[in-house]
Amino acid sequence: MSKIAIRNGRIIDPANQRDRIGSLYIADGKILSLSDEVADFTPDQIIDAQNQIVSPGFIDLSVRLREPGHTRKGNIQSETRAAAAAGVTSLCLPPDTKPVIDTPAVAEYIKDKAEKAGYEQIYPIGALTQRLAGAELSSMFALKQAGCIAVSNADIPLANLQILRRAMEYADSHDLLLIYHANEPSLHAGGCAHDGAVASRYGLPGIPSAAETVAVAQCLELAKLTGCRVHFSRLSCKGSVIKIQQAKKYGLNVSADVAVHQLHLTEDDMTPFDSAYHVDPPLRTQSDLQFLREGLANGTLDAICSDHQPHDIDAKLGAFPETEAGASTLETLLPLTLQLSRQNAIDLSQAIAALTLKPANILGLPLGALTPGLQADICIFDPNETWRVQQENWRSAGRNTPYWNKPQQGKVTYTIQAGRIIYPN
Amino acid sequence: MSANLQLNDEGKLKHFLTIDGFSREMLNEILDTATSFAGMSEHQVKKVPLLRGKTIVNLFFENSTRTRTTFELAATRLSADVLNINIATSATSKGESLLDTIRNLEAMHVDMFVVRHGISGAAQFIAENCAPHISVINAGDGQHAHPTQAMLDMFTIRQHKQDFSRLKVAIIGDILHSRVARSQIQALNTLGAEEVRVIAPKTLLPAHIEKLGVTPFHDMKAGLADIDVIIMLRLQKERMNSSLLPSESEYFKCFGLTEDKVRLAKPDAIVMHPGPINRGVEIESSVADGAQSVILEQVSNGIAVRMAVMSMAMQSTGGGA
Repeated sequence: MSKIAIRNGRIIDPANQRDRIGSLYIADGKILSLSDEVADFTPDQIIDAQNQIVSPGFIDLSVRLREPGHTRKGNIQSETRAAAAAGVTSLCLPPDTKPVIDTPAVAEYIKDKAEKAGYEQIYPIGALTQRLAGAELSSMFALKQAGCIAVSNADIPLANLQILRRAMEYADSHDLLLIYHANEPSLHAGGCAHDGAVASRYGLPGIPSAAETVAVAQCLELAKLTGCRVHFSRLSCKGSVIKIQQAKKYGLNVSADVAVHQLHLTEDDMTPFDSAYHVDPPLRTQSDLQFLREGLANGTLDAICSDHQPHDIDAKLGAFPETEAGASTLETLLPLTLQLSRQNAIDLSQAIAALTLKPANILGLPLGALTPGLQADICIFDPNETWRVQQENWRSAGRNTPYWNKPQQGKVTYTIQAGRIIYPN
Repeated sequence: MSANLQLNDEGKLKHFLTIDGFSREMLNEILDTATSFAGMSEHQVKKVPLLRGKTIVNLFFENSTRTRTTFELAATRLSADVLNINIATSATSKGESLLDTIRNLEAMHVDMFVVRHGISGAAQFIAENCAPHISVINAGDGQHAHPTQAMLDMFTIRQHKQDFSRLKVAIIGDILHSRVARSQIQALNTLGAEEVRVIAPKTLLPAHIEKLGVTPFHDMKAGLADIDVIIMLRLQKERMNSSLLPSESEYFKCFGLTEDKVRLAKPDAIVMHPGPINRGVEIESSVADGAQSVILEQVSNGIAVRMAVMSMAMQSTGGGA
């Protein structure tokens, strides 16, 4: 395995509270040293990172690869290429593939395909219930043994709260993290936009914030009852932030993340009937956005994820309510996160922690830090480079982003996964 | 929505998808053009050759008798050829996408689509994706807009009330699901009405309705005071006895328009309804057929307004004989 020296970069490593210009040495897939000079080290490759930032590789808690089952939208090859170009060195794959990840065979198939695609750190999330049907518990222990890092029912509702309770008890028995997408289906039903002024103006069926906050409240009560470790995925509104803050204050073992676009866009940004803005949870209000940013700054929200959901053209070509929800977001993850720091919503170290250290802690992985001896997952990026989202530089198969043709600031130059340069490759 | 999509490079009407974004001048131009067509139904020959040689497709993905018929009559009186597509037996029921249906019709060299669709934004989607020479008129999309209905209502109001700036208008009923109400509200505000009120239980009002420039009321007594124009909306019976309303009788008791309630408004108030009306559910027969009712005038005016919109849109795309 090659030896790499990264020189002159600004090393930002929130785990070790490090922010200084220096060098980093990699050997045998691991971080060897961050000293200025290492004796008897002859690098195979030297990367000059002058004017660039060297950080741990990003860990994305929610990335749809669309394989198996939905390969017209993307596949493991295309989407892991996008992940590598985005500085993402580890990603979690929700179980709503087809077939769903409810057997070890599916998890193993995905890991095998990822390995063949040259991207080895995909962490499948096992289905919480069989076929994600919401009624019968999945074989969680077997899924854990097959490499599933957590369990979840993705965006699909459970039959009732008793199932959720039992699933939480069983997951906790095997020390499995429950990743929960809070969504009360009876309040969400048929909606395609935030139930606010914009949806009212354009006659779009609304999804009230309460669809999320009611579900957060219920799940928190059950977390208290069962002791299960819960991670709330992709929160979108003020009420949820307040509830998570209270739960943490009272000692519940919970964490939460937010999709990066929810920190920048609101219902007011929606160009009428432009399906690129059709996401779920929907873009909410300025007040929600402000609370999400504050929640991130004060640690109520732990991590930022991309909530990457590539779609084929046909899925987004239609009248807004008929189109499929979701945006292709991996490749705008870094610029949008850096923008938070430029806008003083959070500082740069916090921004990087939300992409590295925090998700590693949530998953219980020894990653997300530039500590000698740890696996060398590294992202090197130029925080000032500007570029435009367009065909020539876009790697995801999904072109469904509200940022298409829009300028971005911040670009990944190198992504190193377990000591191997996977971007540029 | 910006009016840009709806106007051609010279600022003339190209598509008519929503009232949203249009200026007062443009709305008045539509009303003035409609006035020039209004007397035509009295003539012995009820036709002008404005759209001779043009093909207009009534593309109705939802059932409608009144709207489709008035669009067809309007097109016929402008001498256009009209094609009515029966969606129930069309390709979309065989799985063809909306866009493919449009592409196929385009290939038949048509000039205008009049579109009714159950999904909000469908008419805009068609306008954005069809050939540049084609105009699209929205005949009602989902809960979004029904701009020609709103304009025929404005036309009817102007016939009776002249000055919009002194008007207080109440729209009563199922605002939540009503594309007509949304377009009426935008038209009334653009034309400068003094006050627009909506009267309904909370279950039938959209979130943050006041941001559309209306004052919400949940009580007819307060809501109808000093009102010049009462616009009743159709209450869809299928929504009765669901979680939105307890019963027809309770709805009628609270929000049905009776002679007693009409007397709460100004003595010369007019009563409107976009139809079809549910007698005894949202309106009492004696009011629907009474002296203050202008409901049938609305229907007649629909033809003139649709002629105006079609001729303006076609002329902006090089139409007209």
